[in-house]
Amino acid sequence: MTETARTRPDEGTAEAASETALAGRSVEELPLHMQRAGFDPAPELRAIREGEGVRKVRTPFGLEAWLVTRWPDVREVLGDATTFSNAWQPHRRMPGLPGMPERSPEELARMRAGNLLAFDPPEHTRLRRMLTPEFTGRRMQRLEPRVRQIVDQHLDAMAQAGPPADLVADFALPVPSLVICELLGVPYEDRAEFQRRSAKLLDLSRPTDERLRAGEEQREYMTSLVARERAHPGDGLLGMLVREHGADLTTDELVGIANLLLIAGHETTSNMLGLGTLALMDHPDQLALVRDDPEAIGPAVEELLRWLSIVHSGTFKSVTRPTEIAGHAIAEGDLVMLSIPAANRDPALVEDPERLDVRRGALGHVAFGHGVHHCLGAPLARMEMRIAFPALLQRFPDLRPASEDRRFRSFNVVYGMESLPVAWGGA
Amino acid sequence: MSELRADRGVCIGAGMCVMTDSAVFDQDDDGIVVLLEGAPEVDEKVRAAVDACPSGALSITES
Ligand code: HEM
Ligand code: HEM
Ligand code: SF4
Repeated sequence: MTETARTRPDEGTAEAASETALAGRSVEELPLHMQRAGFDPAPELRAIREGEGVRKVRTPFGLEAWLVTRWPDVREVLGDATTFSNAWQPHRRMPGLPGMPERSPEELARMRAGNLLAFDPPEHTRLRRMLTPEFTGRRMQRLEPRVRQIVDQHLDAMAQAGPPADLVADFALPVPSLVICELLGVPYEDRAEFQRRSAKLLDLSRPTDERLRAGEEQREYMTSLVARERAHPGDGLLGMLVREHGADLTTDELVGIANLLLIAGHETTSNMLGLGTLALMDHPDQLALVRDDPEAIGPAVEELLRWLSIVHSGTFKSVTRPTEIAGHAIAEGDLVMLSIPAANRDPALVEDPERLDVRRGALGHVAFGHGVHHCLGAPLARMEMRIAFPALLQRFPDLRPASEDRRFRSFNVVYGMESLPVAWGGA
Repeated sequence: MSELRADRGVCIGAGMCVMTDSAVFDQDDDGIVVLLEGAPEVDEKVRAAVDACPSGALSITES
């Protein structure tokens, strides 16, 4: 981190702080729930988990929130959507997304439409039920051959260009991006442009106004795509939604669903692939297992999800009635946020939680959340990872980092690698 | 006797149960849970599936 563009945390108002892109700040200035030490949650998060259990912290937007760190408490909060509500989201910004302009109530309502994460049951249930059929194991099996093809194409391109490669730009990012295009039904000829815009939107190192413009463009594109699908429903998810629920869903909702799936499906799997590959390269015996034993990948994916916990926190919750967490009184109207990495390293979940062990095959991690908002895309993400990790490691059996420099991506809602130079073969 | 129940009104179709024990659980075309046998034996795996279910749709009643 350079000394330029550093902002002191106590400098200026919350609005001023949210005007400044997080990029360019030092890691100590990150909100506590986003702080890490390499692959691990920051020591302070562990200290809270082992100490008082919950602590009141300041969020990036100057709000105060309870940070919940223990696995049973995190499950409890996520499992009780009545007490811990998501429905307040529209007025406020997401954690970790600074520099958002003020928006009118109409605009916010339009942007909220279709975002499953911004609603409680029964509104949430209505949307979720429409989407569930598209993410069943059976549906995923039908997508599998196409995902294999996309994975192989990118591995071919890497092999052809020869080492070194940037695993993030050449593999981890484009594969899930194309899969999402495929799933949504983005026409082939639009994909290059679509991927360019998504990449821009999600690249936090770019100036906020540029990213906002890309976001607006993507929304406009989605709106035109939804209009096309309304006229001629295709085979993708959007076409299915139009065919089965077209009368029931507004255009804003369809656009919102498409945007949520785009964003949630893009960043997450790609960061798991980048970070997960580095974690495996650090543990060569476990890498060899994933590469050579076809049975190993299922449990390995679960362990990587647990150990890496790339989503720091998930949504903030607003408390609807006085309650208690880890013995602390929580008042109605308080905000609650979660540390997913701290919960997933809780000895209450697994023995020896700090150790990566792809053989353990333990269930119950909260990397995909829990409760009614449990990741809709989990079956897709699992399928993508189960295909991508072994394929990558079989193609380049001696894959290794090509640089000592580890560029972790701290300034984002989702943890990952900025880039990951890798080499293989004699090079 | 332990009895497994699946509340299809609560299920969010996350498929964790099917992933945990595909001999007992399945999802219908809408992604909602169905029990493959009426009254399956409640063993370790079934209990693991009940624990894994994110929505609380699965329960075991002891009688
Ligand atoms: C490894 C990859 C992924 C991880 C770790 C992950 C993690 C999460 C987490 C923690 C939540 C819950 C957030 C909360 O409760 O506030 C969530 C929700 C969600 N995820 Fe994922 N996700 C992944 C991949 C995907 C993919 C590939 C898609 C879509 C194609 C997706 C779509 C969604 C959606 C739509 C929700 C909201 C569900 C709801 O509110 O009902 N995710 N995800
Ligand atoms: C967890 C709870 C989440 C909520 C409530 C949520 C909600 C939203 C909303 C409302 C926006 C639109 C922001 C705007 O343009 O004004 C947004 C954008 C975004 N979300 Fe989330 N989302 C959630 C989870 C995720 C997850 C799991 C990821 C990562 C995969 C993610 C990554 C992003 C990114 C990168 C943007 C782009 C924002 C931009 O620059 O326009 N979000 N989210
Ligand atoms: S795990 Fe629970 S929510 Fe998911 S399909 Fe099975 S019963 Fe439904």
